[in-house]
Amino acid sequence: MSSEAIIDANHITRRFGGLVAVDDYSLQLMHGDLVGLIGPNGAGKTTAFNLLTGVLKPSSGTIRVADIDLTGRPPHVLARHGIARTFQNIRLFNDLSVLENVMCGGHMRYGAPLLATLLQIPSFWRSEQIIADRSTEIVELTELSALIHRRAGDLSYGDQRRLEIARALATEPVALLLDEPAAGLNASETRILIDLIRKINEELKIGVLVVEHDVHMVMGLCRRVQVLNRGKLVAEGTPNEVQSDAAVIEAYLGTRRKGAVHA
Amino acid sequence: MSKTAPEAEKASPLSGFSVAVATVAVVAFAVWLAQISLSAYLGTLLALLFINVALAVSLNLTNGLSGLFSLGHPAFMTIGGYSAAILTYPERRKSVMLPDLPEFLATNEVALFPAVLAAGLIAIVVAIVVGFPVLRLRGHYLAVATLGLIVIVQNLATNWSGITRGGSGLSGIPRLTTIWWAFGLMVLVIAVTWRVKFSSLGRAMMATRENPLAAECAGVSTFRVRMVAFVLGAFFAAIAGALLVHLISVITPKTYSVLLAFNLVVMVVIGGTGSISGAVIIAAGLTVLSETLRPMEESLGLYGMSQVIVALSLILILFFRPQGLFGSGEPIFIRRFFSGRFLG
Repeated sequence: MSSEAIIDANHITRRFGGLVAVDDYSLQLMHGDLVGLIGPNGAGKTTAFNLLTGVLKPSSGTIRVADIDLTGRPPHVLARHGIARTFQNIRLFNDLSVLENVMCGGHMRYGAPLLATLLQIPSFWRSEQIIADRSTEIVELTELSALIHRRAGDLSYGDQRRLEIARALATEPVALLLDEPAAGLNASETRILIDLIRKINEELKIGVLVVEHDVHMVMGLCRRVQVLNRGKLVAEGTPNEVQSDAAVIEAYLGTRRKGAVHA
Repeated sequence: MSKTAPEAEKASPLSGFSVAVATVAVVAFAVWLAQISLSAYLGTLLALLFINVALAVSLNLTNGLSGLFSLGHPAFMTIGGYSAAILTYPERRKSVMLPDLPEFLATNEVALFPAVLAAGLIAIVVAIVVGFPVLRLRGHYLAVATLGLIVIVQNLATNWSGITRGGSGLSGIPRLTTIWWAFGLMVLVIAVTWRVKFSSLGRAMMATRENPLAAECAGVSTFRVRMVAFVLGAFFAAIAGALLVHLISVITPKTYSVLLAFNLVVMVVIGGTGSISGAVIIAAGLTVLSETLRPMEESLGLYGMSQVIVALSLILILFFRPQGLFGSGEPIFIRRFFSGRFLG
């Protein structure tokens, strides 16, 4: 559609056998956008997410990133075009240190090829230096400096969530997709996380899509909200518009059955 | 640079290199002393030890760093062994032993170095061809597929008798491998694995090992990274196989068997998957152990005792220290010693 859209997903559908997990979902994520994707359990949020990041291939529909058709391409190709993500169930490189985890994100942009690595020619040391410097910056930005040499698997839950974001940032994305980043965090950790997401969005000018269970967090954070129910997009708009939408209320609270006893 | 950057980054790349060169020189001097003072048998044993270390470390590159559970090493060793043996085989004996060789092979006799190099290159080609389907498999499936590769290569060696002389194998291969060849291979394999491990490429490999999906989403082409690890491992396996046949001067389709794959995997697991130091120490230790136990096995009639000890220690390690003796890292003093590298 618009050439401004970083991610332009058009009518994507994904079937698992007879089940339509995501049905005719569309998303235009603009530069610097901050969009929330909410919906009840099993609504297809994570599936939509996996479709957008190439982890799953859509049964139909197209995904364009910065006007390049990347439908059905593997995740590392989408990452190369600037799509970074985190996972609902944290997936870190547990045996590597915090810094090494972040450095892995920089590999595709700056990593030296095999021959340069084996011969250790000057360009190898330069690229290692760039990766180390950038990763250190990102570790500082995400306030993980104190833990930089700790094993990722040994971090607390909240720190692991931030490390996942740090690793995603190291891929130098134009769009960052966060899958339930606040899941399992306490109130103060959630506040730190919200500040970090704002900082990423406003200072780094990275478009953010947040999948969230916590409606309040999304409403306070996002400028635009999409609501998914049973795989279908039932509402889209500003937080205020969405909150008063009948379809959204139905999705979250259900419809009152006729003749049901009202307690 | 920021204040939180690891201190190792400040060290010059050259200091690490010169420490490594100095270490190699010292060890080489020790090898030279050993060579002039030891019997021929012990000299051969030392060469065997070096080749075993090279094999274990190269398998660690494939299995330990990138988490591929490949058992394919013996297959590539067989390919390398036959390729090099056919190339170096004395021309006058080829007409007797291998009368069906193609013209260009039958009339040529090559020195060890080009033969070994050719063996490695052939293994690279085979690894790429095999890697395309096989590296899409995960975990145990990959193990089974590479096990199948051993069987395929063995059968090929048995039945392609025009080239390989079939099941009876090739004997009388010139004994060209000296202790220095074995030592050189070991140094090369350790240096390559070390450089890969402490590089962006190595981190991408370890990321692939730790969590393939997350690595993929962080922009790592897991297939390509696995392919690089697999091909490097195959290259070194073939060279080791080639040097070994020129040490023991015979090769049959069964010289490098599934049992060898098991032994190598055990070395990697006991040493710690991904740990270069662990692979070196365990490979050297097990080689010495099995050789020193051999006379005892013979006098007591307890044949296979060393195998039992190896298997038992594997079980004990899996029970009490599943990450292996050294985990996936290098001991601090070794990293300090070779510092001058990132996170070194």
